[in-house]
Amino acid sequence: MPERARKIRVSCVVNGGAASFEAYPMARLLDVLREELKLTGTKEGCGEGECGACSIEMDGALVNSCLVPALQAQGTKIRTIEGLAIGGSLHAVQQAFLTHGGAQCGICTPGMILAAANLLARYPQPDDAQIREGLSGNLCRCTGYMKIFESVVAAVRRAETRA
Amino acid sequence: MRAYLPAYEMETPRDLEAALGRMASEPGVWRPFAGGTDLMVLLEAGKLPHQKFLNIWNLAELRGMEVSSEHVTLGALTTYTEVQRNKTLLREFPLLCRAAAETGSVATQNRGTLGGNIANASPAADSPPALIVYDAEIEIVSAGGSRWVHYASFHTEYKKMNLHAGELIRRIRLLRTHAQWKQYFRKVGTRRAQAISKICFAGAARVEAGRIADVRIALGSVAPTVLHAVRVEELLRGQRPGSAVLQAAQDALNAEIAPIDDMRSTAPYRRNVARNLLAEFLEVLAG
Ligand SMILES: Cc1cc2nc3c(=O)[nH]c(=O)nc-3n(C[C@H](O)[C@H](O)[C@H](O)COP(=O)(O)OP(=O)(O)OC[C@H]3O[C@@H](n4cnc5c(N)ncnc54)[C@H](O)[C@@H]3O)c2cc1C
Ligand code: FES
Ligand code: FES
Repeated sequence: MPERARKIRVSCVVNGGAASFEAYPMARLLDVLREELKLTGTKEGCGEGECGACSIEMDGALVNSCLVPALQAQGTKIRTIEGLAIGGSLHAVQQAFLTHGGAQCGICTPGMILAAANLLARYPQPDDAQIREGLSGNLCRCTGYMKIFESVVAAVRRAETRA
Repeated sequence: MRAYLPAYEMETPRDLEAALGRMASEPGVWRPFAGGTDLMVLLEAGKLPHQKFLNIWNLAELRGMEVSSEHVTLGALTTYTEVQRNKTLLREFPLLCRAAAETGSVATQNRGTLGGNIANASPAADSPPALIVYDAEIEIVSAGGSRWVHYASFHTEYKKMNLHAGELIRRIRLLRTHAQWKQYFRKVGTRRAQAISKICFAGAARVEAGRIADVRIALGSVAPTVLHAVRVEELLRGQRPGSAVLQAAQDALNAEIAPIDDMRSTAPYRRNVARNLLAEFLEVLAG
């Protein structure tokens, strides 16, 4: 097959810091994050937008990084699981997953936590239906979901008692 | 097998004019790339034959929403998330909002666009039935100019549409005359989130003095293209929505659809569900 596309240089902000990488324009952002930027917290499950293991935030919106071409990362602000804790202190959702057993094997966990954090940023006090809706794109083969659901509820409650 | 990445080119045009110029210079060679939720899945599966793409995601001319006294006009890049957040759409176009809410999950709704859903031309797509009910028109632009076409006649046969090389869908315009109509939407899939439709039904009717004065019905996944059920509509106009007309309407629908067996469902199941959804729609109109 003829080689046509050249690698392009993409500049963006990742987890609050300037980042720049070279990639083929249609390379998956998922691969770029893991292989070029060494941010291996973002996982691959299905590679086709169904499982949410690769969830990240782009300009504040939850997206599946397996479906974002590198070119479209140009100029965006990206947050991955590595950018969720501030200094040494975990995000409320991360802490709740630890306390309430929201993670087992851990493959779905980074995406699950980002989906939950993104939900709480949009709806600080989500009802049960909103939590289910917010996590419906994230599949887990281990937990049976109840502990994940409880972790998110606990994170909401913790935020409420603080406020 | 995964695609060979160096074979795929993609460029970001500076504005719509530059994009259309690029498409005109090599007709059929450059294809638009919006949210990528269909294209990236094909790429990953090694099934994306096209190799040159124009990244239209940032084109301001394809974004935004305008409301006039007669129409609501949406940019082709309007995402499912944007549809669900819009007050006018929520109030007057609930079928489109329901379709958006039932398309994929949050992440897909943040990236998937109406223009992409239309141009992907799947007979199982979920926003087209709502667009047909609202008598949508779409604006198609090329370096040579612009034309408006009725969406109901846009898809001609399986995966074929009235869109030529060098053309882009720019905007979608909905008539604001349906706000007072009774409206009904139901998508039947394997699970509520993420699943592709086995069948999808959108209907709306103006009921006056107990009779159906006007009605529009469209279904997904029951024919090679999304189907505008004109024969059922004809039969229902002027009738009372009740058991008297139900059988005839169901027979008309059965004659109008041509569902197939595929990995998601079977033709007999789809015929059955289509009949049941029509019955439920008529109950809503009677209620
Ligand atoms: C997990 C998952 C779940 C999904 N669930 C559903 C579902 O429930 N219902 C459903 O209907 N779909 C579903 N989809 C399919 C997809 O999300 C939609 O079809 C979406 O609207 C496509 O929009 P896009 O911007 O991502 O398109 P892209 O992938 O960017 O493009 C799709 C096609 O449209 C063309 N195109 C895009 N924009 C334009 C334009 N303005 N003018 C001309 N051509 C254009 C492209 O060239 C390409 O051929 C799902 C996809 C995934 C990955
Ligand atoms: S790996 Fe991206 S959604 Fe599954
Ligand atoms: S913890 Fe193993 S997949 Fe969710």
